[in-house]
Amino acid sequence: MPSPGQVNTDLAETLPPRSQAAVEGESMRGARIVIEGLLREGVDLIFGYPGGAILHVYDELHKAQDRIRHILVRHEQGAVHAAEGFARSTGRVGVAMVTSGPGATNVVTGLQNAMMDSTPLVVISGQVVSSLIGTDGFQEADVVGITRPCTKYNYLVKDVKDIARVMKEAFHLARSGRPGPVLVDIPKDITAMETEFYWPESVNLPSYKPTIRGHNLQVKKAVDLIGTFERAIIYAGGGVVASGAEQELYELSSRLNVPVTATLMGLGCYPPGDPRYLGMLGMHGTYSANMAMYESELIIAVGARFDDRVTGVLSKFAPKAHKIHIDIDPTSLNKNVQVDVPIVGDAKTVLRQLLEALPEQAPPPRETWWQELRSWLSRYPLAYKKDPESIKPQFLFEELASLTQGKYILSTDVGQHQMWAAQYYPADSSRKWLTSGGLGTMGYGLPAAMGAATRSDEPVVCITGDGSFQMCIQELATCVHEGLNVKVIVMNNNFLGMVRQWQEMFYSRRYSEVGMKYFPDFKLIAEAYGATGLRAEKPSELRAVLEQGFATPGTVIMDVIVHKESNVFPMIPAGAGHNELVMDPEVFTDFDKEPK
Amino acid sequence: MSDNRHLISILVENSPGELARIVGLFSGRGFNIDSLAVNTTTDPERSRVVLTTQGDARVVEQITKQLNKLVKVYKVHHLQGDGHVERELCLATIRASTPAARDDLERSVRLTGGKVLSFNREQFLVEVSGTEYEIDQFLEMVRPLGVRNMVRSAPVAIAKPSDDKSED
Repeated sequence: MPSPGQVNTDLAETLPPRSQAAVEGESMRGARIVIEGLLREGVDLIFGYPGGAILHVYDELHKAQDRIRHILVRHEQGAVHAAEGFARSTGRVGVAMVTSGPGATNVVTGLQNAMMDSTPLVVISGQVVSSLIGTDGFQEADVVGITRPCTKYNYLVKDVKDIARVMKEAFHLARSGRPGPVLVDIPKDITAMETEFYWPESVNLPSYKPTIRGHNLQVKKAVDLIGTFERAIIYAGGGVVASGAEQELYELSSRLNVPVTATLMGLGCYPPGDPRYLGMLGMHGTYSANMAMYESELIIAVGARFDDRVTGVLSKFAPKAHKIHIDIDPTSLNKNVQVDVPIVGDAKTVLRQLLEALPEQAPPPRETWWQELRSWLSRYPLAYKKDPESIKPQFLFEELASLTQGKYILSTDVGQHQMWAAQYYPADSSRKWLTSGGLGTMGYGLPAAMGAATRSDEPVVCITGDGSFQMCIQELATCVHEGLNVKVIVMNNNFLGMVRQWQEMFYSRRYSEVGMKYFPDFKLIAEAYGATGLRAEKPSELRAVLEQGFATPGTVIMDVIVHKESNVFPMIPAGAGHNELVMDPEVFTDFDKEPK
Repeated sequence: MSDNRHLISILVENSPGELARIVGLFSGRGFNIDSLAVNTTTDPERSRVVLTTQGDARVVEQITKQLNKLVKVYKVHHLQGDGHVERELCLATIRASTPAARDDLERSVRLTGGKVLSFNREQFLVEVSGTEYEIDQFLEMVRPLGVRNMVRSAPVAIAKPSDDKSED
């Protein structure tokens, strides 16, 4: 038996000679067209799990294994999150392949996750043979029906002649406009049928034409508005990352001399140490970012969608602000918040248009505005009460930040650890921050890190909690099997911490079903999977464990036993506005009495 | 007719699942479809969906944008004001066994431009088309005679030639 992580050399010896690319007009079965389609779209790595209805495609994949690497996950949910991690860290389309029925229903969470976070994915699912569709056949599910609301578009391929066109369209839809997941469901008999292979040169979708360039009149209106107000702020979201508009964003903030706040999905799009950067805004955003939004007279929203976790209660959202909103998705404009100047278009293109249309002049000083901002920054920074006995979660994140300097790709799961990571991890560039923003999917972190690690020479960090980790823990096997450099840090507080925090704050500490016990032993779990397991229980042990973890090759699990009942602050409670955020009472003891 | 009622005309690719996307969009986002009519157009590859829904201006803006975002939707028109005509079809079996009743029914049918499709000594099957209001009026007129059975279609609507931007 090969030891975990070791390459099976027997298999390498049985590899067929290098596979040949298909030529136009060549007769082949549908299964090979699927593989050729992937190759034509530049895919060289996919995540998947085989099964009955997708057998023909896996057979063709085997013949092309010198050109496409397949990562065998341990659960289909892991395949989709891994494809998401790959897509978000590389900017390319992530691909997952699964079988019919349960294989396909297991991808639903990942599809909805990618839908809400605008991640480009193509998922290929096998379907029962055409004659069995609708007969409640073995491993049959109405997969296009189930996935219709959680994909950007989906296909049921009914004719082998359609496969090439559908594959071409699927990749185009996934990566263009507002990116998203596309599912292609192919009955088994269709993958077995033969036809001549022709790869379409272009996509013909007359009803699908995303707007890239902003309307000139709207851009002019935006320029006029920008020139009018002192207290301005840029609110940047995931669209900046998706369109690669980081440079334009930086230029705009410098030329206007305005502060920048980023959403959870936008983290990394602006240099974290820059004096104009206020950190994340929203429910667990910084005091300065939230107060700046509240007091602003002008908000320039770029590639963000005024999510409820960002705005707080809408009736108290930025009451003095005029709003410019740039987004490629017209439905995001005026959906939650009415804006003065909506601009439909790609963030990078529209920001470039704005930069060209702005008058040439020195950046305005905005002295009073910056005075206010600096006072908020200095009076109410991120802070916590230190504890010599137990590892405070924030201390863990400070140590991680100082050790890594934000240079590694980091994925998170969902909950308290995710919010602390968002507050403290200084991701030094875009595409180094992988998190489940819109859907809040526990279980995302490990497979997402795994997907990113397939393309990273550096370690990929997965910050998780003792709750989230166990939702896709089976992917440890994949990480070890593939020899991936994933460093898992379990913020282990023996609780489902975020739910516990709400029960503490809003349900009189009635802790209903949030206790996890210190179980299982993650160090032993690591060893059982063939990974390295480490544990830190005291503050004095933490740094050494982190250093050892990063110095150990391959997959490492660092079980960090943290203070059990720490809470994430600042916090905007449900129904409150940005100006009503609650600061940590252990640190800001007189917060309520202080003049704001 | 409520002020919040909106007529939306959608040109969509005529293929399986596309109507489900439209209907699913409404149910999934908490909007309601009050009526729905769908058929192919002069181009058999495209279908026209005419539906009515309720909501304030923001809701209708969001509905039309969401419909436009559907990959296989070509055009969405929010039909407003008097730039369009709107018709629904009503088929009804009405009791008219006395000469006086038959006179009443005949007058009502003539007034609304309807026609008799079938009859026997006891009852008449009539067809009436018109706006929602006109059909309501007709049914009100014949109610004393006795409406035995009735079916009405969803309204279909089309822009008048002068304002017609919705050619297929």
